[in-house]
Amino acid sequence: MLSGNLLWVLMGTMLLGIAAGITGTFSFLQKQSLVGDAAAHAALPGIALAFLITGQKELPILMIGAALTSALSVYCIQWIVTYSKLKADAAIGLVLAVFFGIGIVLLTIVNRSPLGNQSGLNDFIFGKAATMTKADLTWLFISAAIIIIVSLLLYKEWKLMIFDPVYAKGIGLPIEALKACLTALIVMTIVTGIQAVGVILMSALLIIPAASAKLWTRRLSTMLIFSGITGGIAGLAGTFISSLRTGLSTGPIIVLFAATIFFISYLFSPKAGQLSKYIRKVKFRKQEKLS
Amino acid sequence: MIEFWVIFTGVLVGLTCGIAGVFLILRKMSMIADAISHTVLFGIVMAFIVTQTLNGVWMLVGAAFAGILTAYLVQLLQSSGIQEDAAIGVVFTSLFAIGVLLITLFAGDVHLDVEHVLMGEIAFIPWDKWTFLSITMPKAVWMLLLVLVINIAFLFLFYKEMKLSTFDPVYAATIGLPVVLLHYGFMTTISLTTVSAFDSVGAILVVAMLIGPAATAYLISKSIKQMFIWSMTFGVAAAIIGYYSAKWFDTSIAGMMATAVGAIFVVIFIIDKINGRLNKKVVET
Amino acid sequence: MRALEALVVQNLSVAYDKKRVLENANLIVPKGHLAAIIGPNGAGKSTFLKAVLNQLPNKVGEVEILGKAFSPKSLVVGYVPQRNAVDWDFPTTAFDVVLMGRYGSRGLMKRPTKHDKQLAMQALTSVGMEDYADRSIGQLSGGQQQRVFLARALAQNAEVYFLDEPFAGVDAATEKTIIDILKNLKAQGKSIFVVHHDLQTVKEYFDYTILLNKTILAAGKTEEVFTAEKLQQTYGGNLFMMQAL
Repeated sequence: MLSGNLLWVLMGTMLLGIAAGITGTFSFLQKQSLVGDAAAHAALPGIALAFLITGQKELPILMIGAALTSALSVYCIQWIVTYSKLKADAAIGLVLAVFFGIGIVLLTIVNRSPLGNQSGLNDFIFGKAATMTKADLTWLFISAAIIIIVSLLLYKEWKLMIFDPVYAKGIGLPIEALKACLTALIVMTIVTGIQAVGVILMSALLIIPAASAKLWTRRLSTMLIFSGITGGIAGLAGTFISSLRTGLSTGPIIVLFAATIFFISYLFSPKAGQLSKYIRKVKFRKQEKLS
Repeated sequence: MIEFWVIFTGVLVGLTCGIAGVFLILRKMSMIADAISHTVLFGIVMAFIVTQTLNGVWMLVGAAFAGILTAYLVQLLQSSGIQEDAAIGVVFTSLFAIGVLLITLFAGDVHLDVEHVLMGEIAFIPWDKWTFLSITMPKAVWMLLLVLVINIAFLFLFYKEMKLSTFDPVYAATIGLPVVLLHYGFMTTISLTTVSAFDSVGAILVVAMLIGPAATAYLISKSIKQMFIWSMTFGVAAAIIGYYSAKWFDTSIAGMMATAVGAIFVVIFIIDKINGRLNKKVVET
Repeated sequence: MRALEALVVQNLSVAYDKKRVLENANLIVPKGHLAAIIGPNGAGKSTFLKAVLNQLPNKVGEVEILGKAFSPKSLVVGYVPQRNAVDWDFPTTAFDVVLMGRYGSRGLMKRPTKHDKQLAMQALTSVGMEDYADRSIGQLSGGQQQRVFLARALAQNAEVYFLDEPFAGVDAATEKTIIDILKNLKAQGKSIFVVHHDLQTVKEYFDYTILLNKTILAAGKTEEVFTAEKLQQTYGGNLFMMQAL
């Protein structure tokens, strides 16, 4: 693999990591992290359908399919929670598994069809960043850029929507439209990311950087920056390492990098880390004993 | 005969998962089940690395270990202030990633290929047989029967404790129920259920069987006993419908079973709503 | 020999991270009182209750109920949690919930006996819910749910009862039913502690009052403790309220 191409891939996954870190933070703050997991798994049927209907494996076409089923899954979840006794956890799990099951059915049909065998659609399950073509990467760059720019533009509105929805409504913000926009962005992140890390591990990129960021700060702006950086580093480092040896999927290594950062934050963050909590606890008990 | 074993395996999966799923839904732990279905991969790989065999019993042990570890880590993160959904997300994606990595590094050439673990291959079930007490049946069937018995036993012995600790865990603790033990015990049965089914339908599609039938039953049940009966019924129905549909469309049996789970949910959901409307009309007239 | 106190609390403190929710609470309450625990929102009342019932691992200090550290096995304590602590979509009946109150007295894995079922039915009748025994709990009104919760604790035949905001959002008839039952329990010599939010009814319902705001500010007979001055201390000055009393 030429190192020129590697450089492009590295930039791509780094941007992806940043985008995932940012949108993931918004998702995390609305306690919708696992909806992202379902949406990621739900991309699979869309990819297979797009291929079956159009016969093309051009990335943009597959991505449109992925985006449609992914967005559909989010609405299904909301729908189930609103119109039935079922609680969020069951709705998410059900939608995730059923959509993914449908995806497997369609994928199998694709693989058994005469065109299907060379489709490379299976790579969408675990991701293979290293084999992305120039065209794939261009799309990745564009998507990541759009995601980052829109996030910056709507930052104030989303912040209000999340932390003070009543006030936001009161001053006339179009809450539904904003929510839909955020959902669209998350779906876009997922759809873009599954080439690199695959359907199964995409949700990791949405959750882990955001969860790590929360351990360091409560301010949204700082959280977004930290989360973006974590995602970016994970993407960069993970892709680089996986390129050193053939047969290694990028997905797991990127995720493990992110997880390591989380682990370090969990232990050593001054505000919420285990070490400082332990020190505070010891101090507390000492004080109580004296009084 | 081959076909019989395949269908029978599916039916057992439907029964076992249908039973286990009821308290999963009631305890709002569907996502932990999803997490465990991913982390059993890690458990199985560890079992393989340690024992260097693909022995079914060690897999069960590895799975049970992974399940308890998952539940424990999620609990740990949650009690240090991390919100529940993020805790689940962090734990299972990390362990799963480790599992996948370990497979590529240490077990790359072994039968333990990742796609098989995730999606299973129920069609291969009949070929791998065990003989025990002079009965010969496919290995998967033995494992499923064993886990089915364990699930039934657990529920039979601890029914009222599970009921109360699910409904009101704080109150349950004040009258002396071992809430924590029940939690981990239950998580263990979920792990065992997951691994017993992974050979046939794959780890990920077990989630459909664990959550779907029970969720559908939840919509229409007036008591927990009813919920168990409906859940098992829907599980078996999904297995059978899934198998025959897959045959007809020549596609993944496990995938079709998950699809059937979804279809049954939709049908019952609609019937229930119509029923509700009709009842309303009766009351109003 | 000193008679056993209903509740003895020494230096109870609870902290979440940097926040001290409860600090150095000290309390001695004799047996046989119907006691109100009052204080502003966020004062730590529910936390206090949970700490006393040993539901909080991060507490510091000593708690004794009827002379012993809280132990669920002793079945001495009947707890009535807040109604919103539970998901009322749970598929079960009113009778079944009350019967759950008997689970502690059986060992693990044993079935409830006829005697258990009788006690459950009696408890349900005493709160006026005998006609609703087979009703799904999701179909009950707020007041009915509260009564079922109370019946569950009554079925235990406990000696000391802890109720968390039992009058929140219930109708007047239910409120009367509940307070009558509590007064009845007091007459039988039991001890009752109620986290209460309605200052208007304290004098009428409770003979003992505990003022709580991050620590125990005062505790004693209602007529001595429920004064404008002490309430001012607890609530931090709300003249309107004082005038109403």
